[in-house]
Amino acid sequence: MVERIPSGTRDVLPDEMRELRAMTDRIRNVFENAGYGEVYTPALEYESTFAHGATSAARPSYRVFDEQGNVLVLRSDMTIPIARLVATRYAQVDPPLRFCYFAHAYRGVRPQRGQSRELLQAGVELIGSPAPEGTAEALTMLCAALDAAGLRTYRIGLGDASLYPSLLEAMGVEADQRERILERLVVGNFAELEGIVTSLGLASADAELLLRVPRTRGGPEVIESLSGALEFAATGMRAVHALLEPRVAERIIFDLGLVRSLGYYTGAVFQVYDPAYGVPIGSGGRYDELLASFGRPLPAVGFALGVERLHIALTSEERGS
Amino acid sequence: MSELRIAVPRGNLFLETLAMLDRLGFDTAEVRENERKLLFEDVGIVTVRPSDVPTYVEAGAADLGITGKDVLLEQSEREVYELADLRYGSCTMVLATVAGEDPAAEALRRLGVVRIATKYPRVAARYFLDTGRQAEIVEVKGSVELAPLAGLVEGIVDLTATGTTLRENGLEIREEIAHCSARLIANPVAHKLKARAVDTLLERIDAV
Repeated sequence: MVERIPSGTRDVLPDEMRELRAMTDRIRNVFENAGYGEVYTPALEYESTFAHGATSAARPSYRVFDEQGNVLVLRSDMTIPIARLVATRYAQVDPPLRFCYFAHAYRGVRPQRGQSRELLQAGVELIGSPAPEGTAEALTMLCAALDAAGLRTYRIGLGDASLYPSLLEAMGVEADQRERILERLVVGNFAELEGIVTSLGLASADAELLLRVPRTRGGPEVIESLSGALEFAATGMRAVHALLEPRVAERIIFDLGLVRSLGYYTGAVFQVYDPAYGVPIGSGGRYDELLASFGRPLPAVGFALGVERLHIALTSEERGS
Repeated sequence: MSELRIAVPRGNLFLETLAMLDRLGFDTAEVRENERKLLFEDVGIVTVRPSDVPTYVEAGAADLGITGKDVLLEQSEREVYELADLRYGSCTMVLATVAGEDPAAEALRRLGVVRIATKYPRVAARYFLDTGRQAEIVEVKGSVELAPLAGLVEGIVDLTATGTTLRENGLEIREEIAHCSARLIANPVAHKLKARAVDTLLERIDAV
C-alpha cells in the first residue's frame, strides 16, 4: 500500500528544491541589503494572538490543545506574529523597524481545489513608517524582490482598502447592505453587485459611481480625474505614486476596486499579477491599526509573496518567451 | 490573433452565444463549421463543455467565458469574476416530484429524509440545508427525470426552461430554487491586466 499525504500538502524533491532555494536566496539578499533582517516566529501561536486579526482570511484553520489545555493555532499568516514580536521584543526600540521572513503559513482548503494547506511565503514588514513614504518603500522592495526572482512581465495593482467602504458610508448605505456589497466586491460578482446597488434607491449619480468605481483600473490617468468623495483616496494614491522611481511606477496599475478579504488593512492595498499566470502571486498593504491592538501604536505596511506561485509564474514566463 | 481568449460553451447556450459574438463583431463562421475543432486561435475562441468554462477561466487558460448561472451556482467556490448577466438562456432551477400527492412531503413526514436526484448535488444540498429539511442527494449524470419514475428517489432538482420535459414525464414543479441565465465571467488577473479589451467588450455587449 502506498502511504498518502494529506490533500493540499506536497513533498518537494531536489530539482524543484534547488530552484526554489536559488530564488529565495536572491530575494533574501535584496531584503537583507535593504536593512530588512530576517526573523522566524513559531508555527504555533496562542489562539488569542490571532484574535487580533479578527477577520475571515487571516483566521487560522488548525487548532490543537497543548498539555495544559491551552488552544494553539497553526499561524495563517506572518503579519500578526510579527506585530506581536514587535510589541514584545522591540517595545522600547525606536521605529522604523524592518523585518523580512521566509516561512510557511497554514490555511484551510476547500475540497477538490488543489489549494495548499501549507504555503511558503516570502515577505517584509515595515513598522513605524507612515503613508506615503512607507508605502512607497514597500512597493519598491516588492519590485526589487520580483526583479531578483527573475520575473519580467509582472504588474502591481494598487488600491485603497478604505475607499469603497467610506464611499458607501458617505452615501448613507446601511451597515448590513454595506457588508453584502463588499462581499460581492471581494469575489468580483459585478452582476449581483449591480442588482443590489440598483435596489438601494440611491440618487442615480451615486449608484452610477458605486458601479463605476470597482471597474476603474488602469494607468495614472485613472486617478487624475477623480474628485468629490474619491478625492481623499486619490490624494493618497497620488502621493505614493509621486514618490516612486520610474522603474517601480511603471509597474503600477491603479485599481479602485481592489478590496482585500484580510480585514486588518486600512489604506493602500496591493496585489501582484503576471500575465503568464492566472492567479495573483502575492499581496500586501497598510495596516495602521493592527500594532495598536498589541499595545504598540505604530503605522505599518508589508507584503507577502507566495513562493510556489512565484516559481510557477517564472516557469510560465520562460515557457512563453 | 485576438487579444482576449473567450471560452464558449458547447451545449444549450452554444448557438445563442455565437449569435451574440457575431453581433459583437467576431467572425464565428469557422466555429460553426468545425464541430471537432476546439481551439480557434485567430478568433480568440475555445469551445468547451459548459461546466468546464469556469475551470478554464479560473486558471487563466481563457480570459473570459460564457456559461449558465446554474454552473456557477454549482461551482460557487471558483475564483472568477461574474461581469454581466447576458439575459439569454433563461431557465429555472426547480424541485419537482411525481404529479399528484407530493411523495417528497410524505417522505419527509414519515421518514424524516427525502431522496433527491440531481446533476447539481451542491446546489440541491445547500437548498435543502437552507430550508431546514434533511435530504439524501443522489448524483446522476443522465436523464434526471427517470429517477423518481423508477423509484430511485422521491424528487429531483433540475433546470427547466419551459417545464415541458417534466410534464411529459408526469412530474410537477413544487418549488422554484433560482433563476438562471447566461453569464459573462472573467479571470481576475485578465480583468486587471487586459482591462481595456475587457471593458471595450462589455460596452459593446451593453450596446447591442
